Amino acid sequence: MRWIWIDRFTEFESGSHATAVKNVTLAEEHLHDHYPGFPVMPGSLIMEGLAQTGGILLGEKNNFEHVVILAKIPKCEFHSWACPGDKLTYKVSLVESSEQGGMVECTASVGERVVAEAEIVFAHVDKTRPEAAAIDQKNFVFSMRLLGVMDVGKAGDGSTSISVKTESSN
Amino acid sequence: MPTQEEIYEKVAETLVDALGLDDDEVTPEATLVGDLGAESIDFLDIVFRLEKAFDLKIPRGELFPENLTAGDPNLVKDGVVTEQGVAMLREKLPFADVDAFAEDPQVENIGDLFTVQMIVNYLDQKLS
Repeated sequence: MRWIWIDRFTEFESGSHATAVKNVTLAEEHLHDHYPGFPVMPGSLIMEGLAQTGGILLGEKNNFEHVVILAKIPKCEFHSWACPGDKLTYKVSLVESSEQGGMVECTASVGERVVAEAEIVFAHVDKTRPEAAAIDQKNFVFSMRLLGVMDVGKAGDGSTSISVKTESSN
Repeated sequence: MPTQEEIYEKVAETLVDALGLDDDEVTPEATLVGDLGAESIDFLDIVFRLEKAFDLKIPRGELFPENLTAGDPNLVKDGVVTEQGVAMLREKLPFADVDAFAEDPQVENIGDLFTVQMIVNYLDQKLS
């Protein structure tokens, strides 16, 4: 199993905002026990999906030159839940970014129903630090690209966004 | 230009959001780490929020410099910050109450220089 908690980006505006979707399915093993007889997507994995959407948004802004890690979730509120068959839409806006990291505001919804709202802070880890040596974020995102998760040229005029062109040309 | 009081109100609000505090926990004298429980990653969060709240850029290390003494034997000797070290703190933390720290310059108390008032002083100058 791959640790990828978004299925596809549906919108990607470099350095500004992004939308990704996650289809919840009963084939996901963790739903069998969470909870028995009442399968719901764990809130922590919704947060992970939001963080992956936001982390890629921030990473792409800097051409994936930094190792982006989830540093802190200062705010996180759950209003509802997502069940098998639901399509979670993760909307993320980059509200701050600097050399040291960035912050996003995000929501997870199913249709019009807001499931969760959060703020997530990311930090850039210096690649020269020993603990960062094992992380190859470009490969991570590149492998996601192979899975089609970054194919977002499906809205508007149907053209592939500049950000995706940049990424694929690397 | 906002008054010190207006700046303080916004700073207090920022800290309440960043550190998950109750409103009455924030006082001008409160130390960020000791009293308000801030951890290293919170400083990044606080900087982001201040930038947003005050619509300005805070260059890295300007408000919260890192590795102040960096184990330099000229700056710290036997757990006490030397005169040279105190001079360095005055230079790098012009908005902190270094005079109070200098009365008992234990290296372990360096964190206490980072107070709510220090942030207010920094912003007051930055915005003027």
